[in-house]
Amino acid sequence: MLQALPRMFLAELRLVSSMSISANSNTGIFGGFFEWFGELGIFSWWVLRAAVTPPYEFRELARQVDEIGSKSFPLVAVAGAAIGAILSLETRDSLVRFGAKSLLPAAVVFSIIHEIGPIITGLIVCGRVGAGIGAELGSMKVTEQIDAIEVSAVSPYRLLAATRVLACMLVLPLLTLAADFFGVVMAWLADALSDPISFRQFIHSGFNSFNFNDFLPPTFKTAVFGLIIGLVASFMGMRTRGGTEGVGRTATNSVVLSSLFVILADVIMVKLIVIFFPS
Amino acid sequence: METAEKTNGQTPVLVRGLHKAFGDQVVLNGIDLTVASGETLAVLGRSGTGKSVLLKIIIGLEKSDSGSVSIHGQEITGIGADKLNETRRKMGFLFQQAALYDSLTVEENVDFPLKHNTSMPDSERRDRVQQLLKSVGMEDALKKMPSDISGGMQKRVGLARALALDPDILLLDEPTAGLDPITSGEIDELILKMQKEHAMASIVVTHDLQSAKTIASHLALLNEGNIVIEGAFADLEKSDDKFVTDFMRRDD
Repeated sequence: MLQALPRMFLAELRLVSSMSISANSNTGIFGGFFEWFGELGIFSWWVLRAAVTPPYEFRELARQVDEIGSKSFPLVAVAGAAIGAILSLETRDSLVRFGAKSLLPAAVVFSIIHEIGPIITGLIVCGRVGAGIGAELGSMKVTEQIDAIEVSAVSPYRLLAATRVLACMLVLPLLTLAADFFGVVMAWLADALSDPISFRQFIHSGFNSFNFNDFLPPTFKTAVFGLIIGLVASFMGMRTRGGTEGVGRTATNSVVLSSLFVILADVIMVKLIVIFFPS
Repeated sequence: METAEKTNGQTPVLVRGLHKAFGDQVVLNGIDLTVASGETLAVLGRSGTGKSVLLKIIIGLEKSDSGSVSIHGQEITGIGADKLNETRRKMGFLFQQAALYDSLTVEENVDFPLKHNTSMPDSERRDRVQQLLKSVGMEDALKKMPSDISGGMQKRVGLARALALDPDILLLDEPTAGLDPITSGEIDELILKMQKEHAMASIVVTHDLQSAKTIASHLALLNEGNIVIEGAFADLEKSDDKFVTDFMRRDD
């Protein structure tokens, strides 16, 4: 497994470097890798500028919030519920073995709200929304619809990318709350089936030593996941080439890269939260 | 009078020494073009000779390697996005495959430039869209989706969208490509009608000689990045140049 890690990293490096528009045989893997990040940086700047300067596309933003939020909700709720149940069943076994069964609600609630809820939501949205944005913008690009927006004197960065990025950032914390809620409810149900405990008692024990630093930073860090998903998927979509095959490639790469970056960002943010928001 | 005020009396399209290469492949090698108001220039040439690239540079979708493009005296190479959009509002562009927004209805497609570039009230915009669609014979397709109409109809709607902001420059990329001869003829007639009504400066990229003969006041034949010949259709027919004669004969 450890030997396979450098190979996996090299594969991701090749994937990223092969997607640089200006990459050519002279730049090599590392040249293409840095070019890709440079292009992503410039794209992010354009999107940021478009997002904060008028005219604002509120109607399109509302449409994207609905598209991304309401359609991801069932999947996130089911995944959150399943993870809650699994976590409860698995943790119960271990805690009973060490005679610490009474800690089950606190352990499960802490795990779900601190890490499992946010990361599961992030990864599910990467899969559903990342692929959707990549494929939608990719097909618009190859059929010249994005060029048509530009020649109509409308910025595609404002209309297409900024609205999707903002929608992802707004929706991710809300979806995380949903995943947390269903996870905690299912964790209680799974626990109550083997050892009856009221929901009120479960919640009381679970949140007994909880404070806002345990809840707010992990929930709102998912806005950063939303930023990553929206930016990477929009970036990939708006530079798609190569017809329908290119659109397929964009959808896949959007999911792969946004998932990878979400996981890496999570590692960094967990460390930052520990430093700046101690429990 | 209104056009003169809008354009400050400057030449609508002035292209000088335009160069563009993709890697080692030079597609435009120092192109010079001038198109005055009311004129229609047809740019002819073999597939892959950079005709569409030329149009995309003129409207700022592609960047040239060197040379200048001036629209009504405003140099557009290297200008900022806001200035470029200001210039684009004076231009209409018909894409080769129409490039209609496939998630919007025909009506919403034509309304798109109006909605984003004018402060017209909804009712006024609706009237303008209906008037535009009527002028291209598509008034019955308001609520249809682009996927529900034929290629020729999509071109008509694309033309209505290109004319929405009442441009004084019209750029047409292969307006008759992929259409049967009868529909091609209808599109040509429609373009002629629009040119008469709006007195625009137009550039048409095509390899349809019949279409070029019908709609263009003068033609430019492009080969290996250079303009081989520029003039009226009769001048091309009279030319002794082997490439020109080959190109003209192939279409017969």
